[in-house]
Amino acid sequence: MKNSVWINLVMAILVAGLFFTVSCAKKTIVSDATTIEDQAKLEADAKAKAEAAEAMAKAKADAARIAQQNLEDQMTSERALTEAKTMAAKKRFENQDIHFEFDSSQLSSMAKMLLKEKAAWLKANPSIFVTIEGHCDERGTTEYNLALGDRRATVAKAYLVDLGVSVSRLNTISYGEEKPLDWGKTEAAYRANRRAHFVID
Amino acid sequence: MVSIAMNKRYCIHNMMNKMIGYILYGFLGVFLCQIPPVFAKDYDYINISNPFLKKTPVAVTEFKASHGHAVEVKDGKTAQRILIEALDFTGYLKTMNPVSFLSNPADSGIQLGQINFRDWTGIGAELLITGEIIEAQGRVSFKLRLFDTFNTKLLVGKVYSGNRSQIRRMIHLFCAEISHALTGKWGVFNSKIVFVSTVDGKKEIFTCDFDGQNVKQITAHKSISLSPSWSSDGNWLAYVSYARGKPEIFIKNLKENRGAIIDYKGMNISPNWMPGQLKLAAALSFSGDQEIYLLTLKGEIIKRITNSWGIDVSPKFSPDGRKIAFTSKRTGTPQIHIKDMESGSVQRLTFKGANNTSPAWSPDGRNIAYVGIEDNRIDIFIVNIDKGLPVQLTMNAGDNEDPSWSSDGSLLAFSSTRDGGSPKLFVMNASGSDQRKLLSLKGRQTQPAWSVSMGSDN
Repeated sequence: MKNSVWINLVMAILVAGLFFTVSCAKKTIVSDATTIEDQAKLEADAKAKAEAAEAMAKAKADAARIAQQNLEDQMTSERALTEAKTMAAKKRFENQDIHFEFDSSQLSSMAKMLLKEKAAWLKANPSIFVTIEGHCDERGTTEYNLALGDRRATVAKAYLVDLGVSVSRLNTISYGEEKPLDWGKTEAAYRANRRAHFVID
Repeated sequence: MVSIAMNKRYCIHNMMNKMIGYILYGFLGVFLCQIPPVFAKDYDYINISNPFLKKTPVAVTEFKASHGHAVEVKDGKTAQRILIEALDFTGYLKTMNPVSFLSNPADSGIQLGQINFRDWTGIGAELLITGEIIEAQGRVSFKLRLFDTFNTKLLVGKVYSGNRSQIRRMIHLFCAEISHALTGKWGVFNSKIVFVSTVDGKKEIFTCDFDGQNVKQITAHKSISLSPSWSSDGNWLAYVSYARGKPEIFIKNLKENRGAIIDYKGMNISPNWMPGQLKLAAALSFSGDQEIYLLTLKGEIIKRITNSWGIDVSPKFSPDGRKIAFTSKRTGTPQIHIKDMESGSVQRLTFKGANNTSPAWSPDGRNIAYVGIEDNRIDIFIVNIDKGLPVQLTMNAGDNEDPSWSSDGSLLAFSSTRDGGSPKLFVMNASGSDQRKLLSLKGRQTQPAWSVSMGSDN
């Protein structure tokens, strides 16, 4: 009896093994189906992936383009800013007169400061040539004021030359009292008219 | 045009008197100065440099019309009006209102012997002028006489002939004779004034007659033109113009198409002709400093006149050409200085005030008129070059600049803003009296410069 138990046991194992085998064979088939299903899924996945990748690439390209654009924009705006700064510096050079006391061609500390700024600008712009105009207020006689205007222009020129601006780039002209900025007869008008004015040739 | 002395004998007699007068004046000048100048001596009836000058009343009578036709009568009236205006312009004569006249020489006779001088002394006329016009076929002749009523004497007798268009000229030649008989000088009647006026805002050079008549535009640079100066022969003008960009001196012959441009680097300004020569002084700044130079007609430098750091400008030769007055800032403020051309010495002339510029030398060389600024007021002063005491000639009447003497020294032309702000040309007697407007012109008029007597056979 005991032997039969063992046979049964073996049989059971065998059957189980058989089962297992059968099950294995069946599984292969199942596995094939699964594979087919997976292929479709894979294809779909791949397609999705490709699409995603494409989208990604597109996004990336977009991003790059945007970045490039941004960079260009930034550069443009920086260039514009620089240009604006250059223009502003040029405008300031041209529009900022230096002023004098009545019957004087002495440079005030304010005038010296402005001339230093102008000298720096002239050094940064070495191709620029300048005419310095000397002007006076209407008090004083025509001829004396022509001489005084000449002196004002000359003094401003000499200061710029001392600061290292080439003398060949600087021309002077006196207008005396002939070209007032302000025709008024007030102290403010007189002050505005007593000036050296800088004109880019 | 011919001028004939009517009475040769009178002329010689008068010359003798003049010589005696000069000699007497030489000896007695010191004592004579207390005697009123009018009639103080035979020759120098009127001392025009006397600041307390009383105007001498003169009766200008109606001109006798020889033929009596309408044109002759009309031209006679025109001539009389021109004569009256010219005499009143002198500043030392005052024509009388004809309403007071007691007789009419045009009817009763215009010659010595036909005139009842009591009619004239009785109404206070110290001088009497009679005239006759003879006009035929467009030719006009004038017989003109000036009498001293108190001494019952003919002072000037002249005949002038010319075209109708020359009436003004003929009358002014007679005025020059009157002036010469009364003051020893030919007067301003044949002189011109050159000046600056704006045209559409641009400064151009103009001329006019001594009395503001016959305004003519000389330049059309459409730029800034300034500081005109006559040569002493009246044939050349020098002026400053920006026509080519910067201030340069333009030299122009008024009769021929000749000229030059002085264009050193920097400014070329304030030209002034040397008396009797075609040379000029001007301020140039090519050296970097504003200095005065003597130049040829073409602008070549003959020599440097000033040599001091700081502004030197506005040279004016003395009438004898030996000295130059100029504005210099060498002492810290602009002041008038005088340089002796021979010795080279420089003397400061003005000391009062901190801004004295634009010297103008009187024709007798004794005085300098200039512009002084005090308390923002710009006025004309005169200073004796020996005594140095300035006298203010303008006051409380706008800004006054650019004094220029008439060649006889009796008048000063100047610019003033007294008439509404824009500068206009005015004239005053050398003493500062009788300040009156010279001409009414649009725009701004400045920098008058008086010529010598021109084209006259005096």
